[in-house]
Amino acid sequence: MKFWPLIKVLPVRTHFRFVRLARVFATLSVLAIAGSLFLTLYPFKLPCGGLACGIDFKGGTVMEISTTPRPVDPARVHTALAGMNLHEIVQPAGATSALLRFESPAGADISRTVTEVQAKLTQALGTVRFVSTDVVGPTVSGELLTSGLVGLGVAILAMMLYIWFRFELQFGLGAVAALFHDVFLTFGLIAIARIEFNLQAVAAILTIIGYSMNDTVVVFDRFRENLRKYKRMPLAEVIDMSINEMLTRTIITSMTAVLALAALAVFGGPTLYGLSVIMLFGIAIGTYSSIYIAAPVIILWGVKRGGDDEVAEPLKPQTVR
Amino acid sequence: MMNLARWKVIVVVLATVLGLLFTLPNLLSAKMRASLPAFMPHNTLHLGLDLQGGSDLLYSVDIATLRNERLTNMAEDIRTTLRDKQIAFTDLAVNNGAIGLRITDPAQVNDAVNALRASVGVPLAGAPGGREVTVSTAPDQRLRIAFLPQAFDAEASKAVDQNREVIRRRIDQMGTKEPEINRVGNNRIDIQAAGESDPEKLKAIIGQTAKLSFQMVDEEASPEDVAAGRIPPGDELLVSTDGIAANYLVRKKQVVTGEMLTNASAGFDQQSGQSIVQLRFNGIGSRRFGDMTRQNIGKRFAIVLDKKVISAPVIESAIPGGSGQIHGHFTPESANELSVLLRAGSLPAPMKVESQRTVGAELGADAVHAGTTSAIVGLVATMVFMLLIYGFLFGGISLIALAVNAVMIVGVMSFTQATLTLPGIAGLILTLAVAVDANVLIYERMRDELRAGRKLIDAMEAGFARAWGTIFDANMTHIFSALIMFNLGSGPVKGFAWTLSVGVLTTVFSAVLVTQVLLAWWFRATRPKTLPIA
Repeated sequence: MKFWPLIKVLPVRTHFRFVRLARVFATLSVLAIAGSLFLTLYPFKLPCGGLACGIDFKGGTVMEISTTPRPVDPARVHTALAGMNLHEIVQPAGATSALLRFESPAGADISRTVTEVQAKLTQALGTVRFVSTDVVGPTVSGELLTSGLVGLGVAILAMMLYIWFRFELQFGLGAVAALFHDVFLTFGLIAIARIEFNLQAVAAILTIIGYSMNDTVVVFDRFRENLRKYKRMPLAEVIDMSINEMLTRTIITSMTAVLALAALAVFGGPTLYGLSVIMLFGIAIGTYSSIYIAAPVIILWGVKRGGDDEVAEPLKPQTVR
Repeated sequence: MMNLARWKVIVVVLATVLGLLFTLPNLLSAKMRASLPAFMPHNTLHLGLDLQGGSDLLYSVDIATLRNERLTNMAEDIRTTLRDKQIAFTDLAVNNGAIGLRITDPAQVNDAVNALRASVGVPLAGAPGGREVTVSTAPDQRLRIAFLPQAFDAEASKAVDQNREVIRRRIDQMGTKEPEINRVGNNRIDIQAAGESDPEKLKAIIGQTAKLSFQMVDEEASPEDVAAGRIPPGDELLVSTDGIAANYLVRKKQVVTGEMLTNASAGFDQQSGQSIVQLRFNGIGSRRFGDMTRQNIGKRFAIVLDKKVISAPVIESAIPGGSGQIHGHFTPESANELSVLLRAGSLPAPMKVESQRTVGAELGADAVHAGTTSAIVGLVATMVFMLLIYGFLFGGISLIALAVNAVMIVGVMSFTQATLTLPGIAGLILTLAVAVDANVLIYERMRDELRAGRKLIDAMEAGFARAWGTIFDANMTHIFSALIMFNLGSGPVKGFAWTLSVGVLTTVFSAVLVTQVLLAWWFRATRPKTLPIA
């Protein structure tokens, strides 16, 4: 068998000159980040700006109701709940079920509202099953939003400190630049694709942070090793060489992650769909950023070369080939 | 590496066997599990509410109301104390979390302060002479009485714990499948009830404060005054549910309270056949109830539950025996529910629902199905991919490491009874897919070393030694993000974080040690001259 195992036929060593294209990609990335930021924040309103806010963060109720064997009749739902001042939205979900979303009127006891709504629907629709009910009060949603955002911030900080501790400050900065890049672009995706922004989305972003760092660390590790090995080689070349050496690994690992996440997105049902799509995107972006953001950023700052204490000249952007 | 340390082999074999042992119950039917010998583990994976269906109710204890209640009681104490000392005062009221009043005679301000400092509130534990309240003076002969913050915090914390206990007793009395009741943070109580239990019924039984009291009805005040909103001091107007009057004007003094009950049970009235609730009082309760009925023959008293009059009977004769009955408008069910509530005791502080998450059992089953399908597809895809890339030998070795990894994760999750949620399953799949990264790093390193001109055995040694640092660093990053997720709150996300963390640990173990042992065995058995992946 000539083409198997595949590893034998993959190019042994690639010689892509990644750094050379870094400026082009950096520009594109900056533009994409700006666009993502705008989409995420506009209109500048709490709690979620331009994202499709889930009840985790804005509070309210989502109820899945099913009236098997008949489809849910939105008109009857609205009639049943008229006068409760809920501003309810009825969204069909499958043949005989629907999602009912509403906000509790200010000051009302959220749990009593749910009890009342269920009683009225049972009366109006006859056989109705309450498949699931999610109610989040205003206090909890505020706390969840805060802890979600703080969590993201702490994660980025922790990663920077760890890289700083294990490598050098310049590496930490490069890693963090890549992280911000990944996080912002992912937010952009969540905004464009109208994926519900909830705790699971935050968990997905945190996973991406972990994954993107994992990728960055692997590249940095090789980079540091090569810096020590080739003390006279220009920084840009060392970076190119390191990325090329790790390229096979990067592709294989990304592929396994993508395969697993694609399975999740296709077979995991509606609950996992958002989570897996965010992670799929994040992993692609994370792989890209380790190559085109994290490493080249180091060139801008320069880095201490191992052994002798001579600091390599930081290259000015225009001299980056 | 090729002179493999014996401990490595032992650790790998031991971990695999233990993993298998703890995973086994998940593959057996309930019947087969029951017939396992006692020394074998029996625990299966603990499925989260999103997978097995159930309700998660998060309550907060209303500390502000608790404070106001305590202050209102204290205001009554103050009224009595000052009257006993014959100190005239006006404007006694509770507002903004403190009691305010004005002493009429400036000369008596000091006496009043001293009297109150000596008698109001409970002495503070561990602070001789100190009390849980501060009495301070303000201009214009005004006094302000407030709780010491730390004293009230302790009080509030105690109340939250008592609330939890009361809820536990109530739910135990209901006899449903045992829910988990946990205190969360400062003033929250989280209740997780698995399975088909009806959240509405649960809410009905938990949400009631169930404060019972017997108070005399004030029949002297003129109905016109009451209708005009002129309530005599020391009285309160309470809504009635007895179907006779819309409301009753009752004395604030609670003669008998729910704490004085020793038992409550549902029963039937022998004459009318109606449902009633029978009560038994303790010593103080019997004496007070006896005194009240003896002194007030011909008058009405109100049976008050949570600030609502449920019945207002006329006292026909003294009742000395320490037992009583409530004739409300009960059905057998509601009589039973009330007696359950009374037996379990009242909630020291009122509570309100902060969030509720209910998943039907059917939806849970769907989720398990979706999770399992995607896990199988994802893993098979990963395995095929690894075999394609690295061939049967090295690909196969990484798959065995992967299998050991999977078995260990399931084993650890079953053993620790950590909750597996649907996002947790996603975490599991992702972990396993990324776990092969460690193998990839090792293999790629070996190829690099070989290419750098090392001998095969040296290249393999170096592959492990050098890849290790990278693997460690790379996995630390996952641990960090998982730890942070763990602090995010919400059950399903915690489940995701937990599976990720367990997964990272087992991954490092299996990918490094298991791979090493397998490769060493292969090397010893075949003495290869070339690497099949180079």
